[in-house]
Order: sequence, then structure tokens, then C-alpha cells
Amino acid sequence: MFPEFFSTRELRKTIDGSVDWLVTEYADSFEALTQPFLTLLIWLEQLLRGAPWWSVILVIAGLSFAASRNWLMSAGMATLLFFIGALGLWDQGMQTLALMLVATGLSVTIGIPIGILMASYDRFRKVMLPLLDVMQTMPSFVYLIPVVMLFGLGKVPAIFATIIYAVPPLIRLTDLGIRLVDPDVLEASRAFGANRRQQMLGVQLPLALPNIMAGINQTTMMALAMVVVASMIGARGLGQEVLIGINRLEVGRGLLAGLAIVALAILFDRVTQSLGQRLSAGQKDAS
Amino acid sequence: MNIQIRNIYKIFGKKPEAQLAKVKDGMGKDDLLDATGHTLGLDNISLDIEAGQIFVIMGLSGSGKSTLIRHFNRLIEPTDGHILVDGNDVMAMNPQQLEDFRRHKISMVFQRFGLFPHKTVLENTAYGLQIQGLGPAERDKKANYWLEQVGLKGFEQQHPHQLSGGMQQRVGLARALTTDPEILLMDEAFSALDPLIRREMQDQLLELQKSLNKTIVFITHDLDEALRLGDKIAILRDGKLVQTGSPEEILLSPADDYVQAFIQDVNRARVLTAGHVLQPAKLTVTLKSQPAQVLELIRSNGADYACVLDGRHLKGLITQLDAQRACQEQADGLHDYLSAVHTVHCDTELEQVLPELLTRHGGPIAVTDNDGQFEGWVCREKLIALVA
Repeated sequence: MFPEFFSTRELRKTIDGSVDWLVTEYADSFEALTQPFLTLLIWLEQLLRGAPWWSVILVIAGLSFAASRNWLMSAGMATLLFFIGALGLWDQGMQTLALMLVATGLSVTIGIPIGILMASYDRFRKVMLPLLDVMQTMPSFVYLIPVVMLFGLGKVPAIFATIIYAVPPLIRLTDLGIRLVDPDVLEASRAFGANRRQQMLGVQLPLALPNIMAGINQTTMMALAMVVVASMIGARGLGQEVLIGINRLEVGRGLLAGLAIVALAILFDRVTQSLGQRLSAGQKDAS
Repeated sequence: MNIQIRNIYKIFGKKPEAQLAKVKDGMGKDDLLDATGHTLGLDNISLDIEAGQIFVIMGLSGSGKSTLIRHFNRLIEPTDGHILVDGNDVMAMNPQQLEDFRRHKISMVFQRFGLFPHKTVLENTAYGLQIQGLGPAERDKKANYWLEQVGLKGFEQQHPHQLSGGMQQRVGLARALTTDPEILLMDEAFSALDPLIRREMQDQLLELQKSLNKTIVFITHDLDEALRLGDKIAILRDGKLVQTGSPEEILLSPADDYVQAFIQDVNRARVLTAGHVLQPAKLTVTLKSQPAQVLELIRSNGADYACVLDGRHLKGLITQLDAQRACQEQADGLHDYLSAVHTVHCDTELEQVLPELLTRHGGPIAVTDNDGQFEGWVCREKLIALVA
């Protein structure tokens, strides 16, 4: 038997107690705080579901053309969306799409600044790295419980869980991308008297862009991977279909919903990738 | 703008300041590394660079030359010492003043070009002005002008990776000149280029410098380049200044074995000029000299000829035979008996003097100064000793 150094029972109780306290004291304020995100998500979801299906397909096709300048790819993306609709999962697909867009958008707003800070301050980086490891490896159910207790079942905890899981690669790749910028080029900008802001916005971020775009791509992929888990805490959409399929042992239902998720994943992947490629075109190594 | 470097020390390591006293007491590079794990980058460097000069700092890799040039604009901070530009201490500048100094007074060309891969050639060239906060119209105008000056008209919208190395460095040069700085730092600017292009760029730099008259600090490991470009050369070894002087001083009186080894393989014929192989004329006579006296003078000296001057200008020379003839014809003066002499300017490179010497079968070559006044003969022995 491994000797007992302290009472883990007590420790567990203490943690439970403090979460309980947090919930009773602050749950309302947390919910109020997250209200804007909820409003945004609901608005987006209703927009996507309310709009005629062909207009959504047209807009997505237009966006992917803007990202890739390639008609063929744009047509392919439209076909993928059409495929989701054809599987009879249009409504659920739009719900998932809305959740994805909001989660990805928030991840970018959080991830890129944190990545920049990590690249700029070594001490901050040392603190963040283990934290990122925890975020990526901790089983999501562990933090789902307190998140649900704080925010209640529904979309908001789903967004949070998705962000916690999906944002680390973006942070890491932003940090890496900035660090990989050719020191000679950065030195040149310093030699011409560029200040920190001018160095970051004019040289470091543009040159880190391919890596940042890869990070955004990874983030969207990981966010999609969370769809099923998110459905367990009340986010509706394609994940819920899979969950129902599992619960009722309906393989067909699960498979079709799974295919729809894959279709969405391909859509996000191709669009973000080609956007990244186009943005980084023309900036091969100068030497 | 003149630049004065005063007692610069640079020590790399965890606590450079703590080691400064030891270095100042004379601890050498190797001892310092053994005793403290610190690397001595620069050891008590002092330089005086005059305005409008091309000042070359030379050394092999690891000699600290790239470290030194980065002190001029404080891309690297010295451990101790002062840098004075027109009397203003660069070390005393606060970050704001330093940025301002870099934006307006000093700019830099890099060995590996340091161009921004995501910007077009035009945007690269205009970068300094963009940092200054100039509007797009004005900065494009200036950038276009300098791109034309370096011969890159028509490439404005290309990206750096679409250009060859030589062209990329032209962009680097144009970018540095666009802010119209008074000081130009060139860190092995031409070292990455192949020899033909390098020579071309050197010529272009010299050509530009004629009209610009900037203070240029040029780093190189190539002595030929140093001798070609430099008004003055400083030689650096292991972070120490070994010798400072004009190219001729370095070539003709190397300070130690290290410099001697350096200059061993130099093509001196390309660096030294006719002025360096001067031999004062032994026998000089004037146009009005009596032929008999001239003949006697030549004979008594055992010479073949004497040179005939009018004031300080060389009129020609008179050989023993012609003097004899003048005597026989009882001429009144040497006017009609002169032979023409081949003359070269004292700045003519030996490379061009040599063939003259060879094709003239030992005939004398006169050297004149800037005003066309006679200075002396080219001394064959000196020339052979220097070039061989």
C-alpha cells in the first residue's frame, strides 16, 4: 500500500466545497457575463437556420472563392454543404456551424494575443507552456462538470469547453511563428528605427502568418472534434445526432451525422488552408 | 558626420559588467573564457572616422567586426565605452532618441540582405520612410528615385525572392539610401555575392559615394575589397584593433605578422600607384642650359640622359647622343634636341604602369602630380620589389 501523506478525501471535499461556493455565490454573475456570447450564438444560429438553404450555400461558396480564388474548390465546398442537407441534417448542420464559428472566432481573439505575449515575454511563456499542456491533455469531462455547474446546461458551456480544448494549438503556433521569423529581417527593421509595435505589426505578425493560419486550421479541426462532447452538455446540432445514435444503438443515424461532421471538417480545413496559402504567397525566404 | 569610438568593450556572458575590471586589467580573451565563461567580443576599441570617408573595418570571422558595426547604431549595447557622432554621445540616448537617430541619421546594409520577404521591392525600399511616418505618395517617389539610381527600375512590384542576390543587395542599398542618412553602415554587404557582381557593386558604391559624400563604415573580410573601397582601414583581430591606416600604410608597413600574413596575397599592382614607386630625378637641366655643360654633366654621372625642366614642368629629356649633337652644332639651348617622354599621373595604378614599362624597353616613365608638375621617374627596382 502506498502510504497516505494527506487525506485525499479531505482534499476532494475541499475542492467540491469551493466549487459549490463558487456556484452558489457567482453562478448568476457568470451567466450574466457570458450573456453576450449566448446572444451572438443564438443570433448566428437563427440567421443560418432562418436563411434559405441555397443562400447559405451561395455565401459559403463565395467565401471559399474569396479565400482560394479557385472556382473548382468553391464548387466543391458548395457540394459538401449540399451533401449535409441531402443527408437530412441541414438544421443540425447549421447549429453546429454556428457553434463552430463562434468558438473559432473567440479562440482567435484569445489565442493570437496570448501567442504574441508568449513570444514577447519569456517568463510568460514559461508559465503558459505547462498550462497549455494541461488544457490539451486534461480529459474534457473533468472541466465540463464545473463549467456546467457554473453556466448551466446549454450552449455557453459548450463554447467554453470547445475553446479550452481547441485554442492551445493556435497559441502555440502563433508563438512559434513569431519566434521563427528570420532574426536578420527583424534586425533590419530595428536598424531602421522601428519601435516594438512597428516590428510586431509590420514584420513579425505578417511573417508568422503561415504558422498562425495553420494554427487557426488546427483550432477549427479540434473544435469540430469537440462537437459530440459538447452535445452531452446540451449543445444541439450534429453532435446530438451522434449521441442519440449511440444511445439508441441506431448505427445509421450515427454514421450519417458523423459523415456530416466530416463534411464540415473538410469545408473548414480547405477554406482556412487555402486562405493561409494565399496570404503567405509571395513571401518565400528572401535569402 | 564624423564618428568617434572611445574605448569600447563588449563582453558576452551572464554578468559582463562584473568581468569588465579584469579585462581592463589586461586579462586576455582565452583567460577570460577559462576563468569566467565569458567571451571577450571587443577589447578597448577606439576609432576616429572622418565625415565623408569610407572607413573599412577588416578582420576574419570571429574577429568581432560584425559586433563592432552593430555598436554604431546600438543594435548591440557595449559593456563599456562611448560612441560619439558629431560629438553627441549615442550611448546617452534614450529609446526615443535612439529610434529617431536610427530613422534619420544612420542606416544599414546587411550581409544576408535582411529584406522583408512579404513586401515588394518598392515597399522594401520605402520601409525607412514608412517607419518615419511619411505618406505613401512621398515615400514611393523617393523610393522610386533610389531604385532607379541603383539600376532596378522596372522591378518595383517584384518580391525579393524573385530577384538574384546582386539585385537583392541593390534593393538593400536603395533601402538604406532612401532615408538619406548621413552615416551608412555596411556589414559585409557584398560578401554574399559572386566576385563579378561584387566588383560591380563596389564600383557602383564608389560612383554613388562621389556625389553623396556619406560617412560609410564598411565591414569586410576581403582585403582586396578593403583596399579598393577604403579611405582608411582598421584591422581587427580577436576583438582587438591591430592597425589603422590608409591602404598604402597597411600594405607598405604592416604593424605585425598578422597583418603581414593578411596582405601577402594581395594584388598590390591594383592598389599601389605610380606615386609609390617614385624615384627623384638625378640629373635635371633647364631649357636654357648650355649643351656643353649638359653633356659634361651626363658624362660625369655616367648616365644616358638628363631630364629637361621648364620651371616644374617636364619638357622632355636629352640623351647623351643628342647633347653631343647639340654641342657639335653649337646650339644655343636644348629646344630642338629633346626626346619626348611618356608620363603617367601619380594616381595611376601600377597595374597600368607595368605594361607601359615593359613595352618601352627600359625607357623612363615620368610621374606627374595633380598640377601636371614633374615628380620623378618610375623606379623599376621599387616597382618590381613591391609587385613581385
